[in-house]
Amino acid sequence: MIGLLHQILSGLVTGGIYASVALALVMIYQSTHHVNFAQGEMATFSTYIALALIEAGLPYWGAFLATVMISFVMGAVIQIVLMRPMANAPVLSSVGVFIGLLLVFNSITGWIFSYTIKSFPSPFEASRPLLGGFLSPHELGATVVTLAVLVAVYLFFRHTKLGLAMRAAAFNPVSSRLVGIRVGHMLALGWGLAAALGAVAGMMIAPVVFLDPNMMAGILLYAFAGALLGGIDNPAGAVIGGFAVGVIENLGGAYVVGTELKLSLALFTIVAVLVFRPNGLFGRVLVTRV
Amino acid sequence: MAGTRMLAIMAGLACAVAIAFALSGYHLFQLTMVVTYAIAILGLNIVTGYNGQISLGHGAFYAIGAYVTAILMSNYDVPYWATLPVSALICAAFGFAFGLPALRLGGLYLALTTFALAVALPQLLKYPALEPWTGGVQGIVISKPEAPLGLRLSGDQWLYLFTLAVGAVMFLLAANLLSGRIGRAIRAVRDNPIAAEAMGVDLALLKTRAFAVSALYTGVAGSLGAIAVQFVAPDSFSVFLSITLFVGLVVGGVASISGAIFGAAFIVFVPNLAEQVSKAAAGAVYGVILIGFLYFIPSGFAGMARRILQRMIPQRPAMLVRTEVGVRENGHA
Repeated sequence: MIGLLHQILSGLVTGGIYASVALALVMIYQSTHHVNFAQGEMATFSTYIALALIEAGLPYWGAFLATVMISFVMGAVIQIVLMRPMANAPVLSSVGVFIGLLLVFNSITGWIFSYTIKSFPSPFEASRPLLGGFLSPHELGATVVTLAVLVAVYLFFRHTKLGLAMRAAAFNPVSSRLVGIRVGHMLALGWGLAAALGAVAGMMIAPVVFLDPNMMAGILLYAFAGALLGGIDNPAGAVIGGFAVGVIENLGGAYVVGTELKLSLALFTIVAVLVFRPNGLFGRVLVTRV
Repeated sequence: MAGTRMLAIMAGLACAVAIAFALSGYHLFQLTMVVTYAIAILGLNIVTGYNGQISLGHGAFYAIGAYVTAILMSNYDVPYWATLPVSALICAAFGFAFGLPALRLGGLYLALTTFALAVALPQLLKYPALEPWTGGVQGIVISKPEAPLGLRLSGDQWLYLFTLAVGAVMFLLAANLLSGRIGRAIRAVRDNPIAAEAMGVDLALLKTRAFAVSALYTGVAGSLGAIAVQFVAPDSFSVFLSITLFVGLVVGGVASISGAIFGAAFIVFVPNLAEQVSKAAAGAVYGVILIGFLYFIPSGFAGMARRILQRMIPQRPAMLVRTEVGVRENGHA
């Protein structure tokens, strides 16, 4: 029983990371109907930047903030330079550009920072276990940070004028443009936010899984599963889906398939969702008029 | 026109055979891999280029083909050539089974699912319960085939000619399939599924079958690749294998049979050049060239070659047709 509780708790901890990446994916999907296959590699790159800043002598939280801002700019620039011309391109082209981005980020990361596995510092160092040994300080801290970020994103979209404008631009670009919203700017902003979210997720998971250029490949897969489970057009659903996938992964890994097949569990979740509930648990059912 | 094309193909094939006697060792191995990857990319092209279903996970079928051949050769002493039909059948079955749920979904979802398959693949191959067959992380080493009947060919030469022969037959079959009634149906599903259905095409069945044929091609390529490399291991089938095939598809030319050859040559030779700069450079070069092609030359090498030929030999003006997968001339490749 205690083992089960432990598995669920640590599932929720990693679930928070998946939820952040899933939310980043959904934000881009909502506004452009693109799935960013490079989201994981972009987050890995950001995490390496954070490591470089820390090694250069910046305090952890200073490096954290700087990385979030750098990632934001990076995401926005990619949207403006690469993705804007792809707005009306066929699916194959947009998927191809994302795959190209993935390759570029992956090898640039390896090129600049080398392929050796590195450890990444955690700001929550104290080694005493919390909550009766259920959680390490880092797990608790990472969960608090991810939850804070998710709440901040929620508040931003719900209660600010800019957030409203961004939602409008995603929901109905033509009408938004008519009422004076700069849709292009909103898309770039969305990409920036998504990249920043990915960076936070990367920095929070790196102390656990260690840093290497392919660090986020598996995490991206779980995030896909989470986003699909919650409904790829529903941000709140994607967050819930992310947490759920974290728990499913841990319970499945511990009791059903064993740790060797954890990644395949994500694949099975994706296939199962797409076959039995293609719109996810909270997604809108799309009806196409022919 | 058909006559000249036939002549050109025969001449190309003759050159390809002649090269076997001009080169040796590593260069022949590279050419063997070009033919192998050409078959794999042709397979990917059938489902992604002609049928419009984006697959980012064809490395999985390549891996299955490679493993079937390796297991049959090392555990059951089956001769290398006899493993090809077995691997073709098994891969077609896998392709059909995987396509069954996946193809009910639209383009992006299929891309996502197949991408997930590609990422999870090495882990599946390492699964301990399969270890007696797959050899786990260690993989399987297989022996190199010798030239039969006392032919005075080196092992490399024989392997290259064997692969070339298999490739030639498979290209011929694919060209035949794609130019006939079924090929038209396959393209119709891509260009306008609703109209295709109204014309009596069973969308789900055709898509799954196209997926099965595509998996068959890529699987046979995997078998040939395993024989050429003489080694299979889970980590040679990472997500980058699938991505490499995808890069070859786009760079060679989407929905073009000859494009598969261009694409294969690209993915064999360009990394070699790029790795002289840095180990990481291959990926970056792939990525930049992939994006560059999508923006500036969406019809790939094959489209570029066709345009140059058309400029040299004046013909009736080409009509550009915009479709789901890009712009093509005269509505066919």
